[in-house]
Amino acid sequence: MMHTEFTVVEGDFANAGKASSEIKKTLKQLNIDNQKIKKIVVAVYEAEVNAIAHAYGGTIYVDLDEEKICVLIKDKGPGIPDIARAMEKGFSTASAKVREMGFGAGMGLPNIKNNVDELDIQTEVGVGTEIKMIVNFNS
Amino acid sequence: MNENYFYHALRIDHKICFGCTLCMRNCPTEAIRVRNGKATIYENKCVDCGECYKVCPSGAVYVAEDDFQSIYNFKHRVVLMPSVFLGQFPEDIKASQVYSVITEIGFNHVFEVEASAFLHTILSNKYIREHETKKPLISTFCPAIVRLIQVKFPALVDNLIPIKAPVDFTAIYIRKKLIEEGANPEDIGIFYITPCAAKIAATKSPVGEDISTVDGVLNMDTMYNIVLKEIKQKKEFNKKITANNDVTSDCVIFSLTNGERRLNNFKKSFAIDEIHNVIEFLEKVEDDEIEDLDFLELRACDESCAGGILTCGNRFLINDRMMQRAKKLAERERNGETSRRKAIMNEREYLTQNSHVGKIKPRSMMVLDEDRSVAFQKLTRIKEIESKLPHTDCNVCGAPSCHALAEDVAFDRANMTDCVFMQRNLEKRGSLKVEESVEIMKNIWGEDKLKDYILNK
Repeated sequence: MMHTEFTVVEGDFANAGKASSEIKKTLKQLNIDNQKIKKIVVAVYEAEVNAIAHAYGGTIYVDLDEEKICVLIKDKGPGIPDIARAMEKGFSTASAKVREMGFGAGMGLPNIKNNVDELDIQTEVGVGTEIKMIVNFNS
Repeated sequence: MNENYFYHALRIDHKICFGCTLCMRNCPTEAIRVRNGKATIYENKCVDCGECYKVCPSGAVYVAEDDFQSIYNFKHRVVLMPSVFLGQFPEDIKASQVYSVITEIGFNHVFEVEASAFLHTILSNKYIREHETKKPLISTFCPAIVRLIQVKFPALVDNLIPIKAPVDFTAIYIRKKLIEEGANPEDIGIFYITPCAAKIAATKSPVGEDISTVDGVLNMDTMYNIVLKEIKQKKEFNKKITANNDVTSDCVIFSLTNGERRLNNFKKSFAIDEIHNVIEFLEKVEDDEIEDLDFLELRACDESCAGGILTCGNRFLINDRMMQRAKKLAERERNGETSRRKAIMNEREYLTQNSHVGKIKPRSMMVLDEDRSVAFQKLTRIKEIESKLPHTDCNVCGAPSCHALAEDVAFDRANMTDCVFMQRNLEKRGSLKVEESVEIMKNIWGEDKLKDYILNK
């Protein structure tokens, strides 16, 4: 088991993608299917952007072994009041400012769901959100 | 030929190299180490981009070329001259003078490489239109980029346009013409004047195919010296010889940045030159960060082929001369003095049939082991070693970075004790003697650098 952590800073869109590209570098070394790597990168990237755009920053915990990768994104955010709606394609609560920057298309959570094998979202309004995603390399 | 074997034209002369580390620090694929005081290349990581050649202060990095005399192994000697070759010469030297001299130094035929660039464009654009799902399609014009993608971005190998380079088309065309004129195929020798090492490597071990279209490669700087010397010493030029009119105005600048891109009209395309810029961009492409991308023209050298390591003179001046030539040609095309339809287009069908390069395979240098479980063990070991290293990337161990050393140690190509910080720590503990540290340093840096200078002064 290999463990890595990344810090995500609120509003720091300039550094969005740091964690996902580090993860990509690691997975490329393990001879994992390219399409699979792409899926993981997309899912983690979306989660990173979520934590930057909607939450007040957070931490990404990555656990990797031979069989799977597990990524946990814990944010100190406002929480998601209605998860069912947040999972709908195109639904977004992003501010006009965030949309102007090319983010906030309402594809974040749907995109994550489409690209991972397991997805678990724990959220509490006013406290924060924990998104746990797992991708199995053999599936 | 061994599948994992890449021919490399870049070599290091160990008699000249003094182990300055500049090449190692500038290599975009971390392919260089210092051993015994000399730079050495990990051949499976090298993509022949020539960055090491550019930065080498002592001229120790050189480009292996075919002996000029080897042209005389053939009865029909053809030289394939890329347009960038003419761009080397100062404005007072005419293209016709260069042509005239080339035919006098041993060649029977001169042909400009970019003669086939127009056909190449037609075929590439057709391929791009027919492969919407593979977007973005990436040009294979620059062989260093093809190799870079094979080793560093294997996920993008399928995005490469598997169509031969203009030099191949032109060579195939000329060979056919000469055979039709009665030449024995074995008597035909086609020689290409190259602006860079990557083109040599691609010629000696072509990507995806096994037979080379040319018989030899001559370095552009060598040819420049030979031709310029002849021109300077000559008083009379053969007036009968004029520059061939093989290339259209837009193809004269094909090898410059934007040369390919301006010949297509895709909605979203980029022309990016210089290998570090290319790597930065490909990281984004690989992550699907850029949407609806149609086409990428990527070149390893700054200012593309005008900045090739074997060109002579400043790349911006070369670029400008080529642009001026294109302008003049365009003027003549508009006035009807020259046709845009060239003879090579008559062989369109034959060339199209021979246009494919075959399957381009990934040759990842990133994968630690084919077996994921072994790869994982290696990865864990690398991380563990790396965590103990100082992260100074000081190069004293003979590797370009602490990470590179960690990788080398995990693959038994180096030792933890190669790290000078590690040595100090072990000495402090008493588990390594100073003499042993000096021995380690000698293995990396050679005897000379560890001479007792202080006491001798």
